[in-house]
Amino acid sequence: MQFGLSESQEILKDSARKFFAGECPVSEVRRLMETETAYDPDLWRKLAEQGYTGIIFPEEYGGVGLGKVELILMMEEAGRALLPGPLFSTVALAGAVLDAVGTAEQKRKYLTPICRGEARSTLAMLEAAASWDPKDAQIEVLNGKLTGEKLFVPDALVADAIVVVARNGVFVVDAKDSGIKTAAMPAMDLTRKLYSVRFDSVPVEKLGNADGLAKGLDVATAALVGEMVGGMQRTLDTTVEYAKTRKQFGKPIGAFQAVQHQCADMYLETESSRSAVYYAAWALQENAPDAAVAVSIAKMYASDACRTVGNRGIQIHGGMGFTWENDLHLYYRRAKASETALGDATFHRERIARLVIDAGAAVAQGA
Amino acid sequence: MDLSLTAEELRFRDELRAWLEANVPEDWEQVREEALQDRFAFLRSWQRKLYDAGWAGASWPKEYGGRGASPMQQVIFWQEMARAAAPPMANALGLGLIGPTIIAFGTEAQKMRYLPKILSAEEIWCQGFSEPNAGSDLASLQAEARLDADHYIVNGQKVWTSYGWVADWCELVVRTDPNMPKHKGLTVLLVDMKTPGVVIRPLRQMTGEAEFNEVFFRDVRVPVENVVGKVNQGWDVAIGTLMHERGTFGAGLQILYKRNMDRLIELSRGIQRNARPASQDPIARQRLAQCYAEIEIMRLNQMRAFSRLSATGVPGPEGSIQKIFWSELNQRFQQVAQELLGPYGQLVGRDGHAIDKGVWSYGYLRARGNTIEAGTSEIQRNIIGHFVLGLPRSY
Repeated sequence: MQFGLSESQEILKDSARKFFAGECPVSEVRRLMETETAYDPDLWRKLAEQGYTGIIFPEEYGGVGLGKVELILMMEEAGRALLPGPLFSTVALAGAVLDAVGTAEQKRKYLTPICRGEARSTLAMLEAAASWDPKDAQIEVLNGKLTGEKLFVPDALVADAIVVVARNGVFVVDAKDSGIKTAAMPAMDLTRKLYSVRFDSVPVEKLGNADGLAKGLDVATAALVGEMVGGMQRTLDTTVEYAKTRKQFGKPIGAFQAVQHQCADMYLETESSRSAVYYAAWALQENAPDAAVAVSIAKMYASDACRTVGNRGIQIHGGMGFTWENDLHLYYRRAKASETALGDATFHRERIARLVIDAGAAVAQGA
Repeated sequence: MDLSLTAEELRFRDELRAWLEANVPEDWEQVREEALQDRFAFLRSWQRKLYDAGWAGASWPKEYGGRGASPMQQVIFWQEMARAAAPPMANALGLGLIGPTIIAFGTEAQKMRYLPKILSAEEIWCQGFSEPNAGSDLASLQAEARLDADHYIVNGQKVWTSYGWVADWCELVVRTDPNMPKHKGLTVLLVDMKTPGVVIRPLRQMTGEAEFNEVFFRDVRVPVENVVGKVNQGWDVAIGTLMHERGTFGAGLQILYKRNMDRLIELSRGIQRNARPASQDPIARQRLAQCYAEIEIMRLNQMRAFSRLSATGVPGPEGSIQKIFWSELNQRFQQVAQELLGPYGQLVGRDGHAIDKGVWSYGYLRARGNTIEAGTSEIQRNIIGHFVLGLPRSY
């Protein structure tokens, strides 16, 4: 039993950190966020060359075949760099769902081009009622055709395939189909664009086993929390650095306990989120009986923590933290989007209650 | 990262699990109603039982009565104790703080002399650290020890001494050179509490109990061989003790928290809220789930800390987040319990209407001390700010 990263996991995390810092510095984040899609084909090609677009997918489909912990580590570093574009949507969201619900044939068809960097994908789940419970999906496929509207679909404009959660199953549609109308939903996070997607008699392919959806969504949720942890770490690091250099009353503001203790809380919240998501990733990888609870615990805690870490970081930066020029608000915007995506803290507390209180017995601790 | 158990860990777990199943006393919780002294006697005999079977101090070296297990096996030990709803052990400070300090800084003779009796609970230990004028600013302590041939002569006063009333021995921090800067000139002594000149007075805390004490030392003679570590370098030894207190001591609390959580969930099924069981009330469910999640995160933080400990051998300053986490979590948890129990939450044991014989009113009051004892939350945040994050010293 070892709750620390292995040597190869440390290497992967370290090289991801260097890769994102080199290929996607904040100047590049700012350039991309001003574009319509925040997608850059050149950057995407490099992500694929690193194996990042196929990190968790089986080698038979051209993937790297690594585990969920490795996925989380990559996402953590992507989050630290505030990587714009569809890596999360393609790999961790649509990809994880395809991996969990597709037949072997379908995985070959849809995951192979993703691994090769030739295709992007996303998941259309929310509708007007904005429920993250798949059972609340109203949209329906009739006679092999999909009609209706999905909202808050990330990166839909650059997706080649859209995975759709419907009342009667999980389906894939060709994003370029003439029956699809995509419109931007301008939102706080400038680095991950949201869209409404209207389907008008769009032909679909039904994915093999809708029972896998919950597992796929859990993988996506854990990956998102990994990304949130990276954002929190960056906010913490930036803030501590600022508190060491900014002087008032003749000394660094970090020497004042009102400031220092907020930094300590940011550290506690970041580390606790990290403990929770590393465990959730491991539990998913091993199909542990408490994997679903572990994912909800991580998302619940991190959803609140990423917001408070951002609050504290901006407060400590004072007026500078409130400017457009300072990068903190870019993380703060992403944090809010991630807080609600795949269920906020309230959603996951209720899910924990269902899994723990209603199940009548607390989940066995550990192994 | 691999949280599955190795073959050896699995053997350890299975053997321990079987032993606990056969040996955890049934209905032991009724000892809660008994007087502090009787409760302590019960926990002492339970620890003796664990020791005789070789489980107390699982990760301590074999030659001093331990089992020689790894830090991760120690984690498994706590998890299994929690799973079996086993009573805690009596000699908590000896096991969690003083034993590890003697292992790290003590002489071979000291290890042979003291460690086995800590494990067997034959000798109970307390910590003589805080003084009336040295709380958070521990290094300003004034209790002094003067060398007189082969003895130190100790004079001074200690306060907030948990287990003082029952302790046989004390890990005492004293000033041996008043002319050096305050962090220098300190020395750690092991003091027999039965030595003439040691006077113990109970301190009644807001719960009504007297778990801790004031301890007075007047011309108390302590043999020089009872110095731990080097003379005038006692600050390093004391900090070693405190690192354990902050970083690893909370592992045992998991037993208690998990039990309390399970019990509160059980109670929530029988409490009415808005014409349905509280366990079905959306707000109560939110509160319970939040506590459940935080208790689990406390466990995971601790497991990560123990993994680092396996690699480094000593707990570091980042252990302060464990202390903040368990203390503040327990306060939140007790408040949630009070909200759920409503007016019943305030009742104490003597009232027949009281739920669980008043443990919830006790728990609520007792939790107030959590963010003060073992280093206040403010001091823990100073430690994280300065020693972990590298911010300037703020005091």
